[in-house]
Amino acid sequence: MNLNELKKTDAELRALSETVLKLSKKYGASDAELSLNRGSGLSVEIHQENIDKLEYHRDQGLSLTVYMGQHQGSATTGDLSTQAIEDTVKAACNIAKFTGEDKYTGLANAQLMAGDMGDLDLYHPWDLSAESAIQIATACEKAAMSYDDRIINSDGASISSYSGLSVIANTHGFIGVTPSSRHNLSCSVIAQAPNTTAMQRDYWYTTSRQHEALDSPEHVGEKSAELTLSRLNGRQINTQQATVLYSPEMARSIISHFTSSISGGSQYRKTTFLLGAKGEKVFPDFIRLHEQPHLISGFGSCYFDRDGVATVDRDIVVDGVVQDYIMGSYSARQLGLKTTANSGGTHNLTLDSTGQTFDELLKLMDTGLLVTELIGSGINGVTGDYSRGAAGFWVENGEIQFPVEEITIAGNLKDMFQNIIAVGNDVDPRSATQTGSILIEGMMVAGE
Amino acid sequence: MNPSHFQQVEQQLLEPAGLNISDLEKIFAHLKGADLADLYFQSNRFESWGLEDGIIKNGTYSIEQGVGVRMVIGEQTGFSYSDEISFDALTASAKAAAGIGKAGQTGRIQAWQAKDAQKMKALYQMDNPLAAMSEDEKIALLNLADKEARSASPHVQQVIANIAGVYEHILIADNEGNLNADIRPLVRMNITVVVEKDGKRESAGTGGGGRFGFNYFTQADRVREYAQEAVRLALVNLDAVAAPAGSQTVVLGSGWPGVLLHEAIGHGLEGDFNRKGTSAFSGRVGEKVASNGVTVVDDGTLENRRGSLNIDDEGTPTNCTTLIEDGVLKGYMQDKLNARLMGEQSTGNGRRESYAHLPMPRMTNTYMLAGKEDPQEIIASVKNGLYAVNFGGGQVDITSGKFVFSASEAYLIENGKVTRPVKGATLIGNGPDVLTKVSMIGNDLALDKGVGVCGKAGQSVPVGVGQPTLKIDGLTVGGTEAQS
Repeated sequence: MNLNELKKTDAELRALSETVLKLSKKYGASDAELSLNRGSGLSVEIHQENIDKLEYHRDQGLSLTVYMGQHQGSATTGDLSTQAIEDTVKAACNIAKFTGEDKYTGLANAQLMAGDMGDLDLYHPWDLSAESAIQIATACEKAAMSYDDRIINSDGASISSYSGLSVIANTHGFIGVTPSSRHNLSCSVIAQAPNTTAMQRDYWYTTSRQHEALDSPEHVGEKSAELTLSRLNGRQINTQQATVLYSPEMARSIISHFTSSISGGSQYRKTTFLLGAKGEKVFPDFIRLHEQPHLISGFGSCYFDRDGVATVDRDIVVDGVVQDYIMGSYSARQLGLKTTANSGGTHNLTLDSTGQTFDELLKLMDTGLLVTELIGSGINGVTGDYSRGAAGFWVENGEIQFPVEEITIAGNLKDMFQNIIAVGNDVDPRSATQTGSILIEGMMVAGE
Repeated sequence: MNPSHFQQVEQQLLEPAGLNISDLEKIFAHLKGADLADLYFQSNRFESWGLEDGIIKNGTYSIEQGVGVRMVIGEQTGFSYSDEISFDALTASAKAAAGIGKAGQTGRIQAWQAKDAQKMKALYQMDNPLAAMSEDEKIALLNLADKEARSASPHVQQVIANIAGVYEHILIADNEGNLNADIRPLVRMNITVVVEKDGKRESAGTGGGGRFGFNYFTQADRVREYAQEAVRLALVNLDAVAAPAGSQTVVLGSGWPGVLLHEAIGHGLEGDFNRKGTSAFSGRVGEKVASNGVTVVDDGTLENRRGSLNIDDEGTPTNCTTLIEDGVLKGYMQDKLNARLMGEQSTGNGRRESYAHLPMPRMTNTYMLAGKEDPQEIIASVKNGLYAVNFGGGQVDITSGKFVFSASEAYLIENGKVTRPVKGATLIGNGPDVLTKVSMIGNDLALDKGVGVCGKAGQSVPVGVGQPTLKIDGLTVGGTEAQS
């Protein structure tokens, strides 16, 4: 989508938003809110220097919620023709006639709507031709395949580019338009040690809103080869209690378990092990987690949430103490609190580092497990019980000894949060949640 | 499918756009030289209702429709799609998909002519499942779920119940002139409860469904059964103690624990991974990969099952494909592209999430056939171990073969008896050898209740699993308690 198309789409989606909201009122809604999106992209996947897939993407959609007093109804459509829009509005209004009275439902308070909005610099479309996409992905795969003789196969190198517009609007008169782009390049290869049959696979990727900021294809390919090779000859370890170091890529999951547990939905439904945790000390003193919704080019940047409520910088955890929940206006009303502008999720989280480099964290751990992959979803959000499949490396004397696989790590998230020893400064920048490695003591590792 | 169903699909997908079958010739003209090309027309009507706090909180209705155009030359696939079904949109998509042809390979060139629509089996009724009940009746179902769950135990604090249904029309035209159509109903119901007792809280959910109308849930006391099962599970887990950690003998219950097969061997036997040589099972057909007596099939032909299809998303009739027979690896699950490149036939496993996604080999209903052992005797044969009967999801690394699946209801086996419930734990193993550790196979084959979803490469499709009670000698259990 180039600049002209963007302007045209912007105007079309704004007009469409107005039409949908007006129609909703016409069909009996007292209020309505919607999200609209339109975008396009290209993706190419290369396998062993062959084009595996060349895909053109073109997506659009409308998601509408209407309110009839305290009754709510929703409908979505991918067809934005006049007839489909009318059908969608009617369907949502029809549903609202059958839903029950919910005193917490409705738009967010009009005074909270986002006002002045600047440019967050999220939109950098890439006029990427199929030919150059193929060239870049091929170069990436080549760098990986030629890295070492033990790289025996490719699981594919992929490049994708997407840009589009999204709109949030409601009958308070709020309309927020966010143009954005995202470009990715990834590579996954397979390694086998000489005279063995077991294969290992790993991958690396680079992602950015600006294609100029992507790492080079060679770097991505080489890094994927390096990671894959490092996993060769992995083995189980004995079942034991151990200190675990989560790599930055894995550490993000710890933060996401925490944010789920203090989400407004899990609080009012009482489906969280951190029920009523506001004001409680859930982490050690040195933990600070904060949200910065207005970071320039941030992956989670936005001036408003799905309710249209203005987002603000805020601390979520200070000195280990939970400052507030993560709420949209609905769950905030359920809890008798004020919305934190998190309808639809968080916007750029940062877990502050305790200052150590990755190597310093290995030294600090001395003996334990470095986890670089987690599989499965063995987490009970109500009790905090945690048990996941893992792979990584065994560490002794602060140094990596050998790769480890086919093990699980288990504990209870409540204890795990309290048992954090350090947070590294080796931040992985490829996500809206920024954290370095996290060192946690006292976990159970199950293997042989 | 008989011609009247074909006409119904044509009416739904082509007529509103003023398209005729004969117009497709002009579209295929852009796809000349393809080894394989197809147009996938789809409309999907979805409806769901949700209850929480005893209130029908929300309902959603959605209409999605569109057409995907695919062109395959050799190993290369070009793909484009449009959410508009019109001659112009089809032409634009076909031209974009044909961009793959620029790579310079040539295939067969032939004029496109429609063949007669195929007549085929009907594994499910083709009435609109959403219209099988009025809105008031759908709401009554959810209110019943709430009432049944709350009356099952005084400890129930919260009940969350949902019903969802899909009514899908599909028309597939391929470059050989084959035309295939399907009408697919799919419904499910989920009930989640939160219980609280002595200051402890637990939650559990259950549900069911299949290729039925919503009225499926009014039959056979199903809602009560789901509600009571959810409450039972949550109460069991209230009393659960820490699971033991480490390698141990595991007895898996029948039915849903078949997710083991789906993760441990199913994905690894999908044709795409094997053509590319990226699966731990690559090149192993004919090898012993399981104990004697272990036979595993992928069966898309079971009536009304969630994973069943009359035809797959490439128009191939579904099959019952033997994956492992008496311990020996027999073959892979194939779509057209991978079958052709491997010199095999499609097994009817070419599936896609929607018109906006490319098809690939996917499972349907994957299960192990029954053995001869009495489940009680299987448990009695274990001195110390774990009896796991309900599972959440799983995941697999098809290259290393390592897989996990997470128990949501499990018990200790002590001296041949099922004793205390233990907390959910993740089990991890190695796909190519886990079935060689199967030492007893029960006579109680059961399939799951019909709520399974499988994700692969960002695409979700409904699937089923099943198995008899199984004893596995040595699986790593991710508990927190050191074993005595």
